[in-house]
Amino acid sequence: MSASPKKFVYGIFNDDEVVLNAIGSLRKKGLKVKDVISPFPIHGLDHELGLDRTRISICAFIYGMTGMSLALLMIWYMNIFDWPMDIGGKPSYAFYKNLPAFIPVTFESTVLCAAHGMVITFLLRSKLLPGVEPNVIHPRMADDHFVMAIQIKDDSEIANVEAQLKSAGAVEFINK
Amino acid sequence: MHKESELRPPLILGDKTWHDITEDVCRPVESKANKWWWLAFSVSSAALLWWVISVSYTLGTGLGVWGLNKTVGWAWDITNFVWWVGIGHAGTLISAILLLFRQKWRLSINRSAEAMTIFAVICAATFIVSHMGRPWVGYWPLPLANQFGSLWVNFNSPLVWDVFAISTYFSVSLVFWYTGLIPDFAVIRDRAKTKMSKRIYTILSFGWVGSAKNWQRFEEVSLVLAGLSTPLVLSVHSVVSMDFATSVIPGWHTTIFPPYFVAGAIFSGFAMVQTLLIIVRKVLNLEDYITIYHIDMMNRIILITGSIVGVAYITEFFIAWYSGVEYEQYAFINRATGPYWWAYWSMMTCNVITPQLFWSSKLRENVFATFIISIFVNVGMWFERFVIIVTSLHRDYIPSSWAMYHPTWVEAGIYIGSIGLFFTCFLIFARVFPVIAMSELKTIIKSSSEGEKKKAAKHSNKSESHA
Repeated sequence: MSASPKKFVYGIFNDDEVVLNAIGSLRKKGLKVKDVISPFPIHGLDHELGLDRTRISICAFIYGMTGMSLALLMIWYMNIFDWPMDIGGKPSYAFYKNLPAFIPVTFESTVLCAAHGMVITFLLRSKLLPGVEPNVIHPRMADDHFVMAIQIKDDSEIANVEAQLKSAGAVEFINK
Repeated sequence: MHKESELRPPLILGDKTWHDITEDVCRPVESKANKWWWLAFSVSSAALLWWVISVSYTLGTGLGVWGLNKTVGWAWDITNFVWWVGIGHAGTLISAILLLFRQKWRLSINRSAEAMTIFAVICAATFIVSHMGRPWVGYWPLPLANQFGSLWVNFNSPLVWDVFAISTYFSVSLVFWYTGLIPDFAVIRDRAKTKMSKRIYTILSFGWVGSAKNWQRFEEVSLVLAGLSTPLVLSVHSVVSMDFATSVIPGWHTTIFPPYFVAGAIFSGFAMVQTLLIIVRKVLNLEDYITIYHIDMMNRIILITGSIVGVAYITEFFIAWYSGVEYEQYAFINRATGPYWWAYWSMMTCNVITPQLFWSSKLRENVFATFIISIFVNVGMWFERFVIIVTSLHRDYIPSSWAMYHPTWVEAGIYIGSIGLFFTCFLIFARVFPVIAMSELKTIIKSSSEGEKKKAAKHSNKSESHA
């Protein structure tokens, strides 16, 4: 962490399209638009802010493949290697011959690991856990207001930033 | 912004703002329960108490207190298990498959339908536990090293597939549901008046703040979970059907079972969603969100899945005759004309005939008719499982061992008690959780609400008159 805490001016908006259009115009004027907090996902916001594409679905794929491999390994060890059983005259001596019967468990295990692995990754990466205290900037930011965070160097910039935000459509300002 | 045709019926009635949605959805959570809620809660917890008594008696005395016998070794327990698991399927269909198809009408109903899924699977699980008789050895179907040497579970067995399918389905549905709830809990948290509720909803909301990165990840997670849940939900009832289909019992040994069970599951699940939501929208004043259009759309799904189920029944009958196998033929003749004819014809009437009434748009859009038909479908689908299970078993290969099955009060208690468990859970859900996915619903207000559509229509009329 840097020695001096980062300072922000927060512009409060009350429309998703206004806040979306404001990002580009404010950036052109040299303001550092760092984030937009919204009560619901705004289509195209990540693109407008220049966020990287999330790689969480790649994680899900890797977890899924892990789940599949573990399931196949487990079934091979238990039913083929360690204790092969002869059921109805159909002995489990060769893995590939029994594979069709092993598909359901393998599939379920793939889904189980992919889904849970992805959600756990999402919660940890986004720092979402029971007991985390949220930084509530505006009491209605989860209801119907949109918060745009502008980073500033020192307090002398506040007046200018607020004027710019106002012209872009902000209805309220908070600086912390 | 995405524009939508004015011809499409609005999904949110009235001139609602985002704040109105918050108010309307949070009201049941923030206000005190009325006497109707307490009445319903008392009745369902009384039924739940009966469940506790019946299950305790079963586990204390043994499975002999049920009406099972040497010939019919599987009856109400598995009937109710399959019935409940089937009911759960509608929730996943709405939240996962309709998400992949980008059906916006899912947004007002997905939260409560997913809650229904979770409670229905819990009810199904109670039958697994109670029919074991000795649930303290319930870990036996798990692939664990054990005290018997290297004897592992048999991965060729559909019952082991079922253990994996049901537990994966339950846990993934729960996670899918909870992920969607996090932003909505944050809404309630920021509005909380008392210290206690602020604390509770802060914990439940995991410290959620709707930053751009969080929403980006949230949407990706929802999409991938939907993609994973779609084959999952189709696999679950396929595996349940294989518990029967891979056996050699005439009437069960049928390759048509997996798709037929999945269609039946969605059919019964939507019927249960209708039964619940018709009450919920009235009691919680959510008629502007769960509109007649939503009810109509669900009725169309009931119509199509009901027709699939009807075709499956007839195909099964035809194939039994066409196979030329005497045992198979007798199983089906016995179903329709034997001592359980009343169960078979109840099933045929409720599942094949009643949903066909939904070809009439008047009935599809009639709340009362929908409610009645949904009850018929619930009853019919219960009979379907009863017919498949009991009529196939009760007259087996040797006439000297033919028997009838009569449920005892204990089995009735477990069944009615499980309905009590379901409604107790659902009633608590309706008071503590936001019953509509409000954060997601807010995204469609500009394209699909009645107020915005009227504004857009006025605007386009004006521009036409200028031209």
